[in-house]
Amino acid sequence: MGKYIVRRLLWLVLVLFVVSAITFIMMRLVPGGPFNTERGVPPAIIANLERRYNLDAPLIEQYVDYVAGLALPRITDSSFRRSVAEDYLINIPLDFLGEGTALRWMNFGPSLTRRSQTVTAIISDTLPVSMQLGTAALLVGVLIGVPLGIFAALRRNTWGDFVGMGVAILGVSVPAIILGPILQYVFGVGLGWLPVTGWGSFAQVIMPAFALGFAQSALIARLTRASLLQVLNEDYIRTARAKGLHNRTVIIVHALKNALIPVVTVLGPLAAALLTGTFVVEIIFGIPGLGKFFVNSIINRDYTIIMGTVLLYAAVLVFANLIVDIVYAWIDPRIRYT
Amino acid sequence: MSVTDIASLSEARPKGDSLWMDGLKRLARNRMAVLGVVIIIFFILVAVFADQLAPKSYEAQVLADNNAAPQWVIDMFPVMTSKADGGYVTVSNDYILGADDLGRDILSRIIYGTRISLAVAFVGPILALIIGLVMGLIAGYFGGIVDNIIMRVVDIFYAFPTLLIIILMMAYFRGSFNESSSQGTFGYALYMADRSMGGMLFIFIGIALTSWVGLARLTRGEALSARQREYVIAARSIGSKERGIMFRHVLPNILGPLIVAETLTIPTYIRYEAFLSFIGLGVNRPTPSWGSMISDGSRAIASYPHQAIFPAIALFLIMFAFNFLGDGLRDALDPRMRGVE
Repeated sequence: MGKYIVRRLLWLVLVLFVVSAITFIMMRLVPGGPFNTERGVPPAIIANLERRYNLDAPLIEQYVDYVAGLALPRITDSSFRRSVAEDYLINIPLDFLGEGTALRWMNFGPSLTRRSQTVTAIISDTLPVSMQLGTAALLVGVLIGVPLGIFAALRRNTWGDFVGMGVAILGVSVPAIILGPILQYVFGVGLGWLPVTGWGSFAQVIMPAFALGFAQSALIARLTRASLLQVLNEDYIRTARAKGLHNRTVIIVHALKNALIPVVTVLGPLAAALLTGTFVVEIIFGIPGLGKFFVNSIINRDYTIIMGTVLLYAAVLVFANLIVDIVYAWIDPRIRYT
Repeated sequence: MSVTDIASLSEARPKGDSLWMDGLKRLARNRMAVLGVVIIIFFILVAVFADQLAPKSYEAQVLADNNAAPQWVIDMFPVMTSKADGGYVTVSNDYILGADDLGRDILSRIIYGTRISLAVAFVGPILALIIGLVMGLIAGYFGGIVDNIIMRVVDIFYAFPTLLIIILMMAYFRGSFNESSSQGTFGYALYMADRSMGGMLFIFIGIALTSWVGLARLTRGEALSARQREYVIAARSIGSKERGIMFRHVLPNILGPLIVAETLTIPTYIRYEAFLSFIGLGVNRPTPSWGSMISDGSRAIASYPHQAIFPAIALFLIMFAFNFLGDGLRDALDPRMRGVE
């Protein structure tokens, strides 16, 4: 198992390298640059700006510089000053080596279109927002999905089941792009219960979280139902019933515990999907999250923000998959990795 | 027993249905799946006869009628008040579903938008199926180093957040192949082809390049398990060629689950297109897409909710229909699901 995890981690590093290289090549192939705005900046100024950000260097050199700044951790002493060129996401103080000394890692570089900001600062400002939104949506998904799935499974092939699964299919069919405007109209404009856009208060979280999480709740409900039905057919459930246990005990203690295993294992990829899925919701509800920045940075050709976002999301995705595989082996002893 | 008795016995034998007919019959008994098919056929007819059905042009702008709405729409959305009642909405019963901010007929735009969503719904899965099937079959059937290479490529694609890579690709296509491409080059040809399709070609390419991955993985798994089956061993023992076994025996046996998986993915493709158009990287304006209509409309959701809500309902209906069809197909075609449900 240990060997397996090490091998997977090495593979993960390699994947992130390949992802960064592909992203770098693709975004540099797109004509136009971060300084070619509609205002028509004189070529001399553009040339100066490009020299300032080292964009006139050979592409391979730029790539190596970027990856080195991002991937290599370094220990810097107290003379280190945070600057536009050097701003690290991770700062672990090592005061025993001297006051102000720290292990610094992950420098995402300066933003090319928001000159005074670094990508690290943008990420540390906006990623928590996206993560809060993603977590809230995941909660919505689980809190609606699991009970709905249990309800449908226990009332199998009755009206309750049909209604429950009908709601589930309905949920899959209303992605945020549909649910967002409808919620905004009904609860924001029509009833006036919740603010239409914005971010910050609890009331402003409810609609976006629901718009994002409802589709996931549908998936979770269907999975819970199928899994619970399968478990209810197992021999040990019959044994428990034969022992004369109360029906509720059988379902909660014996069936549910095992039925939720597959549900737990999809939570990893689901969380990753929610995190990357937030940007539809962020645009609709005007939430200052990372996804909104990403879409804008593509249009503005802000290379460093594009790279930073893609790598961050890719890292989240591969980590989530790795964790799921490990959890899977841990829950189900029949699975052994070599 | 006489000879004629035996002959009549063989006639009396119940006629067996093929696996596919069997599945179709099961599908026809599933009421929700049939409803899905009906809705899809309805939208196909709308898309085909858009020119005849649309009451107005989808691009003609009547600026005097911008944001106009008929009386019934105003009655339906309580926040809207007509100018006659001291409000702000121009009443014009000329437009069945109202007009957008440029004075274009919303109903006509929804009707033409059907073409975009349906095209993505059909072309996306076909492209993904072709690429994914070939890749997966090669990997699963031949194994070894070929399998390793293909699956590592698949792994890398899996690490890319799909929506992000599609956005990147669209930015690349739209930025590289445009009117500034020099005539006669491949890029120019691509641009012209894309323009003649209202911007859909690049959406197809973007979807095809990202969506084959999941299917390749599934095909490989199915092919791997099919390879161990008795019928493959039997075919090999009578001297069939490997390629023949792959296409004549393995492929038909694993096709069912693959089609089911791909049908269930159709709503995802529709969603991708809607999202791309929503952020302005989808179809070219003024080609109407439900995604871009929702995007434009949601900016005015507080004053003119009908501009976003109507295209959202259309998008919902088509996704709902494909979800029901996919679900029904899975119950009907995927033999492993029969025992569970």
